[in-house]
Amino acid sequence: MQKRNTEITVGLFVAAGIVAIFVLAMKVSNFTDFTDDSGYQVVAEFANIGGLKVRSPVTMAGVRVGRVSNITLDENTYNAKVTLDLYSKFSSLPTDTSASIFTAGLLGEQYIALDAGAEDEFLKNGDVLHLTQPALVLEQVIGQFLFSKAEGE
Amino acid sequence: MPLIKIRDLHFYRGDRAIFDGVNIDIQRGKITAIMGPSGTGKTTLLRLIGGQLKPDSGTIEVDGQNVHKLSHAGLYDLRKRMGMLFQSGALLTDISVFDNVAFPLREHTDLPESMIRDLVLMKLQAVGLRNARDLMPAELSGGMSRRVALARAVTLDPMMVMYDEPFTGQDPISMGTIVNLIHRLNDAMGLTSIVVSHDVKETTEIADVIYLLSAGKVIESGSPVQLKRSSSQWVQQFIQGLPDGPVPFHYPGEDFADDLLNSEVSA
Amino acid sequence: MIGFIQGLGRSVIETLQRLGRAHIFLWDMVRGIPEVLLRFSLVIQQLHSVGVMSVMIILISGLFVGMVLGLQGYNTLVDFGAEESLGVLVALSLVRELGPVVCALLFAGRAGSALTAEIGLMKSTEQLSGMEMMAVDPVRRIIAPRFVAGIISMPLLAAIFSAVGVFGGFLVGYGLLGVDDGAFWSQMQVKTDWHDDVLNGVIKSIVFGVVVTWIALFEGYDAVPTSEGVGRATTRTVVHSAFAILGLDFVLTALMFGGI
Repeated sequence: MQKRNTEITVGLFVAAGIVAIFVLAMKVSNFTDFTDDSGYQVVAEFANIGGLKVRSPVTMAGVRVGRVSNITLDENTYNAKVTLDLYSKFSSLPTDTSASIFTAGLLGEQYIALDAGAEDEFLKNGDVLHLTQPALVLEQVIGQFLFSKAEGE
Repeated sequence: MPLIKIRDLHFYRGDRAIFDGVNIDIQRGKITAIMGPSGTGKTTLLRLIGGQLKPDSGTIEVDGQNVHKLSHAGLYDLRKRMGMLFQSGALLTDISVFDNVAFPLREHTDLPESMIRDLVLMKLQAVGLRNARDLMPAELSGGMSRRVALARAVTLDPMMVMYDEPFTGQDPISMGTIVNLIHRLNDAMGLTSIVVSHDVKETTEIADVIYLLSAGKVIESGSPVQLKRSSSQWVQQFIQGLPDGPVPFHYPGEDFADDLLNSEVSA
Repeated sequence: MIGFIQGLGRSVIETLQRLGRAHIFLWDMVRGIPEVLLRFSLVIQQLHSVGVMSVMIILISGLFVGMVLGLQGYNTLVDFGAEESLGVLVALSLVRELGPVVCALLFAGRAGSALTAEIGLMKSTEQLSGMEMMAVDPVRRIIAPRFVAGIISMPLLAAIFSAVGVFGGFLVGYGLLGVDDGAFWSQMQVKTDWHDDVLNGVIKSIVFGVVVTWIALFEGYDAVPTSEGVGRATTRTVVHSAFAILGLDFVLTALMFGGI
């Protein structure tokens, strides 16, 4: 009898632990990132990526469609070469889709926003996005603003 | 051929020699007693025989096997044929008397539970504690737990049993019970018994051969009768329990008179 | 002066010998694991005394740690108008650090000290020695099942701790401070990564489980077999476990998150 109780409580304990891991996976973290690893990759070149990091989100019309998987410097063009992992369920993005780097809120993290184009062909693994808009660097914007003000006077 | 052959045994603890060239033969089917004053390493000797300690030099052979040359598995196989009764009993405190005695059977055999029950009850019957089988070790008196431990030591029907100070701290009745049990088990099961003790009266009652140890050496050996007739002063002091003799009453050191005269030190 | 140098030398030699014994002990335990897995009922018993008995303290501590995180985090984030990120802050702190670390510290205090005392007492009452003479290897019969139970329990306890903590943070954030619950969960989900955050936290807690259980069992097994010796060993278990947990946490964090 006592042995039975021990086994029941141990069973409950292990089940509770597994449920907790499951909750952490499904509710707390975005487990779909993991399962959707079979997506496809496209490359975009930016003149400046600002504070963009690996794992930053990639969105289209505000909906998350992928994430940044790699960032390197192209030593021929001196541009940043950003690899985007796009989820396989978003497989019908036109080839002339453009990418811009935006900031979430005033101080938030930077992310890539995609803007759909009008082509009939769709992006596939290894394609390059040609239309890109670099990150706005706050110091540059303020600098330009002050400069234009000074010129205007 | 003796069951246990100890040859030129040396064992040191730090710089102190516990055994300094000891030779002992333990004959099959006999009760051999190892005696000596406290601190002569009698318990250590049992641990050396059981392979729990390694000698610094010398050999111990049990049933023709050098204990300290055996592999881990070989040593554990040999131990299945050795029983040992610890001074404290060493019962497992979280399981009942019955489960304690059944423990070696459950660990080493695949016997069905009904047969284990029969065997355990037989052993408990032999030590007179069959009806105490559901008690926990904490509920037993010292004498009872030693008897349970004895039942456990013989559950696997070993060829030999080592008793570590079996008489110490027992009231006269349980002392008599244990003396009786050791004797009966030895004869009934054809055991070889090794009794480590400093209780002269009880030991001489049951021992066939006695080895007297002191200062790391065997001082004297022989049957109890031979020892009582020994001409050695030391043996006589030990056997008769005289307070003073070759083993001084006082811990060695400064002379008492000198110590008193040195009163200003403590003042 | 010579005496001082001699003392220094002696303590170094003793420490190295202890470390050596601890590693031989670890090796013996690991070799006992296959046998233990075949007799899993031994592990279940230990899962009860090591794992189940620690659930209560983990639940309560986790809830309160999460609630405090919610409160403190909110007060800081609200200054930047970023209180929607409260969920992220609570979840990442718990999953990456506080879950594994605090849980391991509690585990060392609750289960580790009990293991040390239990094994130390078994040693001082000659139960381990008696088992050896019954040809039962105490490391495989007594120690290894506890080791396995510790390794299994730790990640489960840490996950429970983190999950309850996130819930505690949510209770305070949504119930008390009025953070938008949609923002709380969605921001958390976007910024918390299953692989990099949750799984690394689980790996951390497994490592802590191995180390804390190893320390606790070794201290018991190596204890001076007197009541004072067992008492000291129990204290050492808690202190050494705490050092090991915090030190290893730094190393693991540097390995897992340092590159990012």
